[in-house]
Amino acid sequence: MRSRPTGSVVVTGVSRFLGAHVAARLAGDDRIDRVVGLDPNAPPPEFAHLLDGVEQVRGDAGSASSVIADLEAEAVVHLALITAPDQRHGGRAAMKEQNVIGTMQLLAACQQAPRLRKLVMRSSTAAYGASFRDPAVFTEDTEPREVPRGGFARDILDIEGYVRGFRRRRSDVTATVLRFAPFIGFNADTTLTRYFARPVVPTVLGRDPRLQFLHIEDALEIVHRSVVDDHGGTFNVAGAGVLSLSQAIRRAGRIPVPVLEPGLSAASNLVRNLGRSGYGLDQVDLFVHGRVVDTTKLVREFDYTPRSTADSFDDFVDGHRGGAVLRRDQLAVAERAILDGIRQARATVQENS
Amino acid sequence: MTERNDRPSDDQGRPDRAPRKSARKPARRTPAQKTNGTARIIPAAEFKVDPPAANGAVPAARSNGHHPAPLPPAVPDGPGDIWDERVAKGLAFLRRRLAGDYEVDEFGFDPELTDKVFLPILRLLYRDWFRTEVFGVENLPADGPALVVGNHSGTVALDALMLATALNDRTPNQRHLRLLGADLVFRMPIVSELARKSGGTVACNPDAERLLRAGELVGVFPEGFKGVGKQYAQRYKLQRFGRGGFVSAALRTGTPIVPAAIVGAEEIYPMLADIKPLARLLGLPYFPVTPTFPWLGPLGMVPLPSKWLIEFSTPIPTAHLQDQADDPLVVFNLADQVRETIQQTLHTLLERRPDPFGR
Repeated sequence: MRSRPTGSVVVTGVSRFLGAHVAARLAGDDRIDRVVGLDPNAPPPEFAHLLDGVEQVRGDAGSASSVIADLEAEAVVHLALITAPDQRHGGRAAMKEQNVIGTMQLLAACQQAPRLRKLVMRSSTAAYGASFRDPAVFTEDTEPREVPRGGFARDILDIEGYVRGFRRRRSDVTATVLRFAPFIGFNADTTLTRYFARPVVPTVLGRDPRLQFLHIEDALEIVHRSVVDDHGGTFNVAGAGVLSLSQAIRRAGRIPVPVLEPGLSAASNLVRNLGRSGYGLDQVDLFVHGRVVDTTKLVREFDYTPRSTADSFDDFVDGHRGGAVLRRDQLAVAERAILDGIRQARATVQENS
Repeated sequence: MTERNDRPSDDQGRPDRAPRKSARKPARRTPAQKTNGTARIIPAAEFKVDPPAANGAVPAARSNGHHPAPLPPAVPDGPGDIWDERVAKGLAFLRRRLAGDYEVDEFGFDPELTDKVFLPILRLLYRDWFRTEVFGVENLPADGPALVVGNHSGTVALDALMLATALNDRTPNQRHLRLLGADLVFRMPIVSELARKSGGTVACNPDAERLLRAGELVGVFPEGFKGVGKQYAQRYKLQRFGRGGFVSAALRTGTPIVPAAIVGAEEIYPMLADIKPLARLLGLPYFPVTPTFPWLGPLGMVPLPSKWLIEFSTPIPTAHLQDQADDPLVVFNLADQVRETIQQTLHTLLERRPDPFGR
């Protein structure tokens, strides 16, 4: 847990929510001299103001070796992962290119960087795959039992494999792999938050998966601590506790629509072909199997407890009150009305008899 | 052991059982006596005479299955407010469910749904259909973990549910049995969710150890499908106990093993034959043919009302063997010991129950 000033830090994926916020946080930390954002795309206007203190370099992972060498980077934070194919930007092929090939190139660059001390990798709890024989709670050393169907989950398995190779070759570098649960929060915008934001939410018939979320603020905090302190290893990062999907939908005041699983897979394919993003097999796998991880190791090593899953989800619900169909106060009013109705009816019957 | 166990529950069960029984019996007899016009008086007379007689003969059979406390009074006379209270409680329950205001643990266990919906339904089967008697409840820890190992039978795994109900019914603090189920259970939609919400999880060592470390009572049936899917001719013959994974889970956590012998489940769906090609086609471990299934269609799915006896034996401590969890010899010996205990208890219970469909 030694902590000494860090020279320059390279953050990939600063044109996206997580990368931009992490870069901004690191730039605001005095213990870090220099923060460089590496991304092939320009950040959208909503993140541009965040990146004031961040030097930006346009370039993909292929150019990483020159950037990392030029800067004599001491830490690399790799956040440039795409979680769902986006048809406007090349679909699944481009997603795999960036996730897998991009990570390979970045790690190759890191391997040759003599001054590199730290590598922080974004991963996902999707690394545990999805199988009916899975234990209910995954610890960091649980091996996936079946190769998952979803593209993102398969990418994650590949990426973690490359990190294992990197660790063998550069044992002097502290490598931190953060397996994040799905992000959520007041204004988080992910495939999953868009899903919960709809008034009517499709679910898999006969399945009520157990879900865990991570508040986006806690994700930023954990990445930040991984950069400034030394926490080598692989960590599950999630909010404690569990919400079942039906429970989450009810808490958000939405209406669940159960769909047969083959129908949902077909629908997700159709949606993909129509050029809309999101809702791939990754989501179907999650909604059939659910995913719960043990965060004991994280809490012990980082001495930090992320907000619970239920609290994080409440924060999201607060931010999306508008779309609620069935609100809590409406239910309370209905309960009151029915109770009063029954009381009156009984009173009338008793008077008459 | 039986005598000692019977007494206390017998006394508790008496106040609410006696009126229920006598209230039912006369109702059936009256039609024959109705002709003389005194039908209204006769039941009343019987009401007074019947209980002592019933207490002498019936309670031994009925006492144990009865759940004394939460039974509603048979007649809803009294102050009308009890119904008001119930309606209000029911509505509040519905509102909480609809708003998602309940807790689910990391295994997906939903205690509120289990206590308010699943267990009351199962209790009907447990008490009124199978007339279950339970012995040796004092062998279960009042709190803290234990691994309850039972014999498996009955074509459909109702024995697991009845064991869970018995445990909830008879332990002082109404403990829940966390069942370990085959992965087939968790492959099936709807069934998988019912299993998780009622506290079940996949039978694997990480889950078993996690539950035991959390101080839960864990229920496991090491015979698996070999036990549930055996034919009627094989009844009450314990099958092989697999690799003894349950023993190593207990050893690693130092948890005592409580053997549980269940008599009665074998007769609920007596499997006469197993159509293997059909089972393969449907991806099931067996396709049962019973005297009623598939001949009577859905009606064939009604379990036969056999008489059930469940006995918990003396716990087998494992704390002193904690460092030998990986020794196959220790594991197999312990598994054998558990198996022998259950088999012997089954024999003594069967002697006590000569007629499978008796009272």
